[in-house]
Amino acid sequence: MNWSLLFSSSIGKKIVMALTGIFLVVFLVVHCYVNANIFFANAEENFNRAAHFMGSNLLVRITEIGLFAGFILHIVQGYKLELQNRGSRKSRYAVTAGNKTSKWYSRSMAILGTLILLFLIIHLAHFWVPSRFGGLEEVYYGDKKFHNLYLEMKNIFAEPWVVIVYILGCFSLSWHLLHGVQSAAQTLGWTNKNFFPMIKTIGIVFSILVPLIFALMPLAMYFGLQLDLENITLLF
Amino acid sequence: MQHYSMNLKLKVWRQKNSNDNGHFENYDVNNISSEMSFLEMIDVLNERLISEGSDSIAFDHDCREGICGMCSMVINGQPHGPWKGTTTCQLHMRAFKDGDQITIEPFRANAFPVVKDLMVNRSAFDRIIQSGGYVSVNTGNAVDGNSLPIEKQHADDAFAAAACIGCGACVAACKNASAMLFVSAKVSHLAQLPQGEPERKQRVVSMIAQMDKEGFGSCTNTYACEAECPKEISVLNIARLNREYLNANLSGN
Repeated sequence: MNWSLLFSSSIGKKIVMALTGIFLVVFLVVHCYVNANIFFANAEENFNRAAHFMGSNLLVRITEIGLFAGFILHIVQGYKLELQNRGSRKSRYAVTAGNKTSKWYSRSMAILGTLILLFLIIHLAHFWVPSRFGGLEEVYYGDKKFHNLYLEMKNIFAEPWVVIVYILGCFSLSWHLLHGVQSAAQTLGWTNKNFFPMIKTIGIVFSILVPLIFALMPLAMYFGLQLDLENITLLF
Repeated sequence: MQHYSMNLKLKVWRQKNSNDNGHFENYDVNNISSEMSFLEMIDVLNERLISEGSDSIAFDHDCREGICGMCSMVINGQPHGPWKGTTTCQLHMRAFKDGDQITIEPFRANAFPVVKDLMVNRSAFDRIIQSGGYVSVNTGNAVDGNSLPIEKQHADDAFAAAACIGCGACVAACKNASAMLFVSAKVSHLAQLPQGEPERKQRVVSMIAQMDKEGFGSCTNTYACEAECPKEISVLNIARLNREYLNANLSGN
């Protein structure tokens, strides 16, 4: 394949959106799994150990570079497509009735994406920046030293407005995914008569479940909730 | 069905030529029969405008039996009007009732410049078809039909895709003015048949390149096209087009 078509042709650009979108979805699953440690017993140690693994493992750190690249590609290409699409009809209709086939969030991917981007900036400033560039308290488990990211989470989510901003971020993510997952499948040509309903259902379940678990995290921190399940550990 | 006649208020887009900005004008039309087609209703108004010495409303039409793809116009926000799977010429006035206000606009897209009033230039579609090139066929005696077995599902899907009349309602309905449903129908029509096989890869690559050149938007999968298509072409063809494009590029030279 002439790789430049990925950035110049209309379908190529959309394939980039779909592939980077799926990559970001995989990231969400990993992020969600690691963070879910905070719900269970021995949360502080388990979560800090998991965060330490994510911050120190070479493979994870290399993947992190790919993750940033994926985000940038998805964002830049998304805005480019949105501008191009908006510019393709200079004279507007006086009456539009053609919105029955899609929900508002399917037609608002760029706006939802922008909200997620704003959330992402706040989120990185809250957690990623201090864990990479210092500013976290330290804690010992045995004789090994760890960043106390759990304590940082507790402190940040003590503010009610931060909790609200994070929940709104989860709503934006959920709506973005509700369209994005099935749209990516269609763009990659994975849909047909028998398969499409299943893909749509999986997309809906994922788009509600994952943001819901994420939204429960600041809430659990704010209200100090924890499940009393001794046998479950998400540590790897 | 009960026959009735109606009086209507029309708000029609008038535009002298592609350089004119265009504007809406209001017309009252009276005693319109419910048995008339939508285009016949405009014919009646045009007869009156001509007898009054003013300029008649220009609109595209040809066969008036729903198969040529010439008629266009957006009626109350819907390309080809309120009936599903129907072209404007097959839309009848029984879709409306006495006293209705009807807004009539041309198909709007940068790739479809207005020629005059409700007429738009859809040559972009012709150029996309041309870019698809030829289909190799054996000359000489016709081959026995049974020597070319085609899976039933493929034959049905190809036939359904071939029903596309190239009217451009998909572009008119799409929020991005994308031509993907049209191109997907043309690609799907030949991609599933042995007759189109030799040029299969080149065809899809060239047609997409031409589509992009014409200035249509890209597909964001909101499927307004499928709902407004008078031939009810399925958006699953768009998935097939994406697949064909990817395959052609990955396995091509």
